[in-house]
Amino acid sequence: MTRKPSLPFLRLCQIGLFFFLVLAWYVLTAFELAPSFFFGKPLVVADRLYQWFATGKIYIHLWTTLLETLLSFGIGTIAGLAVGMWLALDPFASALLDPYVKAANSMPRIILAPIFAIWFGLGIWSKVALAVTLVFFVVFFNVYHGVRDVSPVLVSNARMMGASSRQLLRYVYMPSATSWVFSSLHASVGMAFVGAVVGEYLGSARGVGFLILQAEGVFDINTVIAGMVLLTIFALILDTIVTIAERRFLAWRPSQGSQRA
Amino acid sequence: MNVHAGDRTLRLDNVTCVFDGGYVAVKDASLTVNDGEFICIVGPTGCGKSTLLNVAAGLLEPSRGNVSVFGQELTGMNKRAGYMFQAESLMPWRTALDNVALGLEIRGVPVDKAREQSKFWLEKVGLAAHKHKYPHQLSGGMRKRASLAQMLILNPEIILMDEPFGALDVQTRQLMENELLRLWSEDRKIVLFITHDLEEAIALADRVIVMSAGPAARPIGNFSIDLPRPRDVAEVRLTPEFLKAHSAIWDVMREEVLKSYKQFEGASHDA
Repeated sequence: MTRKPSLPFLRLCQIGLFFFLVLAWYVLTAFELAPSFFFGKPLVVADRLYQWFATGKIYIHLWTTLLETLLSFGIGTIAGLAVGMWLALDPFASALLDPYVKAANSMPRIILAPIFAIWFGLGIWSKVALAVTLVFFVVFFNVYHGVRDVSPVLVSNARMMGASSRQLLRYVYMPSATSWVFSSLHASVGMAFVGAVVGEYLGSARGVGFLILQAEGVFDINTVIAGMVLLTIFALILDTIVTIAERRFLAWRPSQGSQRA
Repeated sequence: MNVHAGDRTLRLDNVTCVFDGGYVAVKDASLTVNDGEFICIVGPTGCGKSTLLNVAAGLLEPSRGNVSVFGQELTGMNKRAGYMFQAESLMPWRTALDNVALGLEIRGVPVDKAREQSKFWLEKVGLAAHKHKYPHQLSGGMRKRASLAQMLILNPEIILMDEPFGALDVQTRQLMENELLRLWSEDRKIVLFITHDLEEAIALADRVIVMSAGPAARPIGNFSIDLPRPRDVAEVRLTPEFLKAHSAIWDVMREEVLKSYKQFEGASHDA
C-alpha cells in the first residue's frame, strides 16, 4: 500500500481528475442542476478567456498586475532585508521597536487600502503600497531571525581571519540574510501578487482584479470565473519561476535525503 | 613585561575569567608556549580549556591577567593566530574552494588569486577532487580537512585548535591527526591543541598540560612527551614510552575527572 505510484500514471490521473471536474461542472450547469447564474458555464468561461487574448484586450491588465506584483516584491524585499538586518544587528533598536513591529504585523493590512487609495490615487502605486506592506513582513521576519541565528562560530571564525565589522556584514551576515530571503521567496512573491490583486479589486482602473470587479458589478459570473482562472494560471507561472530561481541560488542548501552525516 | 626582540613565545599570565553571573571559569592560569612547540591541554569536560584558548585567540578578554604574543601584550584579536573550531565553521553557502579562499579575500587578495592558492591548499589536504562541493556535500572528515586548509592558507604563526576532531569517528580521527602532524612538521608553528582525550594529547604533543576541574580551573600538571618524531598516532600508542606517559598523566587527571563527573552528575550518584 505504501508503494509510490509511477509519475506518468500519477500525471494521467491528475489530468483525468481535471477533465472529470470540468465535465461535472458542464453537466450540472447545462441541465441547470446548479444554476448557471451563480456558477457560470465552462464553455462561456473558455470563450471569455479566448476573446481576451484574441482581441489583445487582456494584455494591458495582465501587464498592470504583473508590474504591481514585481514592484511590490522588489520594494518590499529590499525594505524587509534592510530593516531585518538593521534590527537583527542592533539590539537596542530591536527592543525599542519590538511592540510596534508586532502591532504592525498583526494589523489586518487590507484596511490600509483606503488610505493608500487616498494617498496614491487609483493608479498602480496604491496597489504597490498595499502589497509592499504584505511582502515586507514576510521578508523582514525571515531575515531578522536568519541573521540572529547565524552561528556564532561562523562569526568568530571570520573574525579570527581578520574580518572587520564591515567585512562581517559582507561575508557572513549578508549572505546569510539573502539566503533567508530566498527561502521566503514563495511566500513573498505570493503576498505581492495577493496584495496587487486585492488592491485592484478594492478600486482601480486597470488590472485583472479590476476586470473581476467590473464583471461582478454587472453579475457577469462567467467573466469573474475567467478572471479567477487567469489569476490562478498566472500565480502558478510565478511560482514555477520562483522554484527555478531557488534551485539556482540555493544550490548550497542540503536537500532532504542528500545530507551526509 | 619583559619585552625583548626575538621573543617567540605565547604567554598567558595569571589569566582569570569571570563570566556574567559570577561563574569563575579559569583562575590564575599561567602558561608559556615556546616557539615551535606543540602543546596539548587536557582536562575534564567543562574545565575551561576552550575559555583559555579563546583568551589566547583574543576572542575573549580575560577579567584579570594578560596575554603576550611574541613579547607584545595582546589587545583585541590575536592577528598572528589561526583558530580551528570544534563546531562546523565552514560557510554553508560557499564551496570548499571559496571557503578556503575566504581568509585571503578578507585580507584583500583578489578573488582569482585567492582561489588559485585555495586550490593549492585543498590539494595539500587531499580535497582537490571535491573543491566545488558545498560543505553539506562533504563528509565530516572532509569538512575538517577543509577547515584545516582554511586556517593554514593564512600562514598563521600560532595555531589554536579546540577539539577539532572531537566529532569524528576513530579511524577518520587518526587519519586527521597524522595529517595534522605531517603539515605541522613542515614548518613547526606553535600549536595549542585542546582535547579531553588524553591518548590524542600524548600522541600529538611535545608537552601535555593538565587542567583542573572547573570552576576556577587552572593548569595543574605539565608533562614533556619525549616520543620520537615523525610519529604515527596509531602506532605510537603501543610503545612502552607512551604507556608510561599515559599512566603518569592519568594519575594527575583521574582526581579531576572524578571531581568534574560528580559536579555534572550530581553528588547523589556516587561514582
